[in-house]
Amino acid sequence: MKKTLLTLMAMAAMSATALAAEIKPALVYGTGGKFDKSFNEAAFNGAEQFKKEAGVEFRDFEPTSDTQGEQAIRNFASRGFNPVVAVSFAWTSAMEKVAAEFPDTKFVIVDAVVDLPNVRSVVYKEEEGSYLVGLLAGMASQTGKAGFVGGMDIPLIRKFGCGYVQGVKAAKADATVFQNMVGTTGAAWNDPVRAGELTKNQIDQGADVIYAAAGASGLGVLQTAADNGKFGIGVDSNQNHLHPGKVLTSMVKRVDLAVFNAFKDTQDDKFTAGVQSLGVKEDGVTFAVDENNKALITPEMSAAVEKAKADIIAGTVKVHDYMSDNSCPN
Amino acid sequence: MEFFDIFVSILGSAVRLSVPLLFTALAGLFSERAGVFDIGLEGKMLAAAFASACAAYVTDSAWMGLLAGIGVSIVFSLVHGFASITNRGNQIVSGVALNFIALGLTVVLGQAWFGQGGRTPQVSGEGRFTPIILPGADAMREVPIIGPLYVNVISGNNILTYIAFLMVPIAWWVLFRTRFGLRLRAVGENPGAVDTAGISVAWMRYRAVIVAGFLCGFAGTYLSVAQSAAFIHNMSAGKGYIALAALIFAKWKPVPVMLACLLFGFLDAFANFMQGKSVPLIGEVPVQIFQAMPYILTCVLLAGFIGVARAPRAGGVPYVKER
Repeated sequence: MKKTLLTLMAMAAMSATALAAEIKPALVYGTGGKFDKSFNEAAFNGAEQFKKEAGVEFRDFEPTSDTQGEQAIRNFASRGFNPVVAVSFAWTSAMEKVAAEFPDTKFVIVDAVVDLPNVRSVVYKEEEGSYLVGLLAGMASQTGKAGFVGGMDIPLIRKFGCGYVQGVKAAKADATVFQNMVGTTGAAWNDPVRAGELTKNQIDQGADVIYAAAGASGLGVLQTAADNGKFGIGVDSNQNHLHPGKVLTSMVKRVDLAVFNAFKDTQDDKFTAGVQSLGVKEDGVTFAVDENNKALITPEMSAAVEKAKADIIAGTVKVHDYMSDNSCPN
Repeated sequence: MEFFDIFVSILGSAVRLSVPLLFTALAGLFSERAGVFDIGLEGKMLAAAFASACAAYVTDSAWMGLLAGIGVSIVFSLVHGFASITNRGNQIVSGVALNFIALGLTVVLGQAWFGQGGRTPQVSGEGRFTPIILPGADAMREVPIIGPLYVNVISGNNILTYIAFLMVPIAWWVLFRTRFGLRLRAVGENPGAVDTAGISVAWMRYRAVIVAGFLCGFAGTYLSVAQSAAFIHNMSAGKGYIALAALIFAKWKPVPVMLACLLFGFLDAFANFMQGKSVPLIGEVPVQIFQAMPYILTCVLLAGFIGVARAPRAGGVPYVKER
């Protein structure tokens, strides 16, 4: 009797360890929602990709307000989910708190840096991707004037704008770039009306290619540009399909890769904490070409942008990062 | 860019930005003139924007969208009416509650139906009200001064813009030249007298809030299927409150309401234009100053510096029949 009990206990213990080896990944989105055709959707696609390849289910949560993030991350961690991936800089402080409470759980945050031994921080060199689309914008512009509409006025978004300006000037040294920000609060990500008006304003001043780095407000930018027969440039996900033939290209941030790698590395027990900075070289940022915008990219533009890409990888072209010194050379 | 071209561009932007304010302020005008304070304008506009974006997306018709927007907005009005007219509840509380309901419900329903973080899918083609180029716009382009004004400010707006400005004389006529308008104003000033004349105060007030709902429906539709092409979480972004400020600033009169809305729209457009530009001698002016102007102006007015703003006398007071 005693023996059977012992065997049972041993079996129970073994099955418990077997369970722990299997991973239970979880994903917390930013407040834009899962299918935002942009940032969060890319994260979702990465997780789906992992599910298809590894056959492991994941759980996800869509916070609808800024206060829900911490709750969601803690909830997943306390229920034994591992790794817990949170996309959006908005969860930085939440991640700092929760990751310290669960030192055995592996956490990943995208777009922000959290300095803890069990957290991997994935940041992107948005300035490099923005430089490439800026180069395309500069070459596509007839008027020599380009526009940039950012969401919330934070250094991260200025970084997009700064890289873009450098790209435009690389194509046309005397070009003008109008820069506007939708607002200074979180509401700026969700104000397509104001974003559209800012775009119209830039168009009235002569801009004919406008780059949107404004979350959901960017939809207003692309819409207004398309309505007025000008080009828009999408951001984060490939947004070329939103207005076929009217979106010059999109600056794609491979958030899907960050999520996929986080899941995969944990499964293979190769998870590393620390900062990962993904640029053009790591294929973390790039520009999108598909059937919707193929006709807009001329062979010269294609050649120039490929060359710029090679130069950035080789290190001969260095794109200034706004966040390194909070200023832009141009 | 020439100074005049910039001015015309800002003016065009001002007209586009003032349209939702104008519809909403006129809605408030009808409701408040009848003695029902309506802080819920914001919520009605938001609910209407959501409904019309959904309907326009599903049916692919902007007009169906408008119909749905008006319908939902009127339902909200009736709830407000039921709480504050029939049950004599506090009108401010009822209005604030409606704002919260609209803010939450639109996101929850949008998320449940479309799964895009509370947004609705983009509408395109027939599902949107697109700009109308008035006849002769091309011919007028070369005419100095009037030409650019005609092309960029008067022509090239969508039909809702023209309806909004048409509503101003209509509202004036209804309020000041019809029996309905006289009674409506009377229930806002002295409901007891109207009751003595054998007219139902409650029914009169209900009709006023229904008109308010009708107009808010236009405002919401303008936001989601004319000015932009989808509903987005909290897209009204406080326009209902600015409209309320415009209504007070205009002392509850239709034509001044239009001018106040245009002024507030102009301030908004000017703020957009001034962003990141530096003014000689002063330097870069923070755009928040312009964005705060509508509220500052209204406060100055209420403090009694620009004439006196006198609200309808029975405003905010539920009518209790004497027994």
